[in-house]
Amino acid sequence: MTTSELEELANTIRQDIIKMLVEAGSGHSAGPLGMADVFTALYFVVLKHDPKNPDWAERDRLILSNGHIVPVRYATMARAGYFPVEELMTLRKFGSRLQGHPERTRLPGLETTSGPLGSGLSQASGIAKAWQMDGIRDRWVYCAMSDGEQDEGNTWEAAMFAAKYKLANLIAITDRNNIQISGPTEQVMPLENLREKWEAFGWHVIEIDGHNFTQIIDACHFAKTIENQPVMIIAHTIPGKGVDFMEYDFHWHGKPPNAEEARKALNELRTLGGRIESEHQ
Amino acid sequence: MRDLHLNPKLYEKDIEQEAIRSGFGRGLVAAGRKDERVVALCADLTESTHMDGFAKEFPDRFVDVGVAEQNLVTAAAGMALAGKIPFVSSYAAFSPGRNWEQIRTTICLNETNVKIVGSHAGVSVGPDGATHQMLEDIALMRVLPRMRVVVPCDSIEAEKATIALAVEGAAYIRLAREKTPVVTTKETPFDLDEALVLREGADVTIIACGPMVYQALMAAELLSSEGIEAEVINCAVIKPLDERAILASVRKTRLVITAEEAQAAAGLGGTIAELLGEHEPLPLLRVGMQDRFGESGKPAELMAYFHLTAPYIAEHARKLLGMKARPRVAAKR
Repeated sequence: MTTSELEELANTIRQDIIKMLVEAGSGHSAGPLGMADVFTALYFVVLKHDPKNPDWAERDRLILSNGHIVPVRYATMARAGYFPVEELMTLRKFGSRLQGHPERTRLPGLETTSGPLGSGLSQASGIAKAWQMDGIRDRWVYCAMSDGEQDEGNTWEAAMFAAKYKLANLIAITDRNNIQISGPTEQVMPLENLREKWEAFGWHVIEIDGHNFTQIIDACHFAKTIENQPVMIIAHTIPGKGVDFMEYDFHWHGKPPNAEEARKALNELRTLGGRIESEHQ
Repeated sequence: MRDLHLNPKLYEKDIEQEAIRSGFGRGLVAAGRKDERVVALCADLTESTHMDGFAKEFPDRFVDVGVAEQNLVTAAAGMALAGKIPFVSSYAAFSPGRNWEQIRTTICLNETNVKIVGSHAGVSVGPDGATHQMLEDIALMRVLPRMRVVVPCDSIEAEKATIALAVEGAAYIRLAREKTPVVTTKETPFDLDEALVLREGADVTIIACGPMVYQALMAAELLSSEGIEAEVINCAVIKPLDERAILASVRKTRLVITAEEAQAAAGLGGTIAELLGEHEPLPLLRVGMQDRFGESGKPAELMAYFHLTAPYIAEHARKLLGMKARPRVAAKR
């Protein structure tokens, strides 16, 4: 898939996210829009997976630690062929497989149940540890996580664990969008120097532009070559990416657009014609 | 009554004593030999939770996460997702004391096959004091959907329970630190779905778990010398509760006592109160911790101070029999 095809796909996924959120009437906007490029790259290029056989034992695993951005995962999964795109409109509704926060047992293809923050990296580490015990080396577990959830101590317990056991099959991706629900991360609970923190914990760190497909894909491939160390990809992203009035504004962390805002957002996304990155450079 | 093969020295002074956690250690090694998917994780307490035997025999299947109880259960959840059957151990005060939300989300809601082993439960931990004497673990675990809760009465039962638990499904197993009398033998039946009547009687039912099963049997012996026959049930599996066995017994005796080394509220006492309230409202007295914390002291000293002894259970039985004599209750029979 070419970069421009991926960009177009990510734009479609952003439109799906807006439609899902306005239909649901609740949910998170900024995070899912910000991670649309990373999820598109993962599902359409990086991951070894089979949408028609979600339980395939040899698949790579994608753990979503910050469960609240799950609309991006649902939309990407639907576009990848896991389930019909129309089902996206059931998000957060009674009886839906698309719960407000992801539940593994409800929808094939979800790897964990998440929402309460800070526990995804541990589960990803546990999977990598089990594979290490079984001598499995050609399978990868990715953990998408937020920057804000790194306030949680559980994250750093996992950081130490993964380094201790040299879990080289573990690749974490931090959505470094600099916001959390009540404000900028550096005001709520400063995380910097984030790169040095992870390096001090024994991880190999790669920093990328989380909206540049070449960088996202290269970083994942490069991460696989690192031996004896887990890898942290710090993906610098723009919260609300693609919708001008949402970008960089932490107020959009935890709320959906109303009908009028959704109309404006969809209009903006459509007119970008998929050239998301160049539009904002 | 079927032969339960209880310890022949059950009512003698020189009955064998062994810590319940020792039985867990043996059971874990046996489970590990039986099924190579069994792995063990510990939070820097390998020796005192008796995981050292497993760690020695299966070093490649043993993981020490350090003093990190949140990671203990969440990493285990990940390992379960990759096909392992993890047993995780720490002191009950820390796991499930500290990591309840992680257990709720990543084990119960997530349906992962993790066994949580809470050692050093109860006031009989002794000199370490209230911080380390976990009393709320039964309540914390039994309220979780999909969680099985097992409180073995002695080391031999702990060994059997550990082996039995190495199957599908989340479980909590509660262990004690101190040596306590060995009530059962290898031949005593154990089933995860069954509450065993260890001693029959028609006057009062004593439902106990953990080391309090022995105290309940001693109370029954004491009462018997006074002409009162108590039925004693070992309720090792608090959830799912063997309601049939318990209701059959209480419908016969119509008086109920529970005995546990934990908060009676929402513990075994709470469990039985709920059952009786819905199906068979009968007089009930709950022996256990009464909404308070423990403190430092010798185990026996503390058990006596907090009324977790046979004489106190017997006293409760006499009190209840007084209630039974009242016409309103008597008329119901």
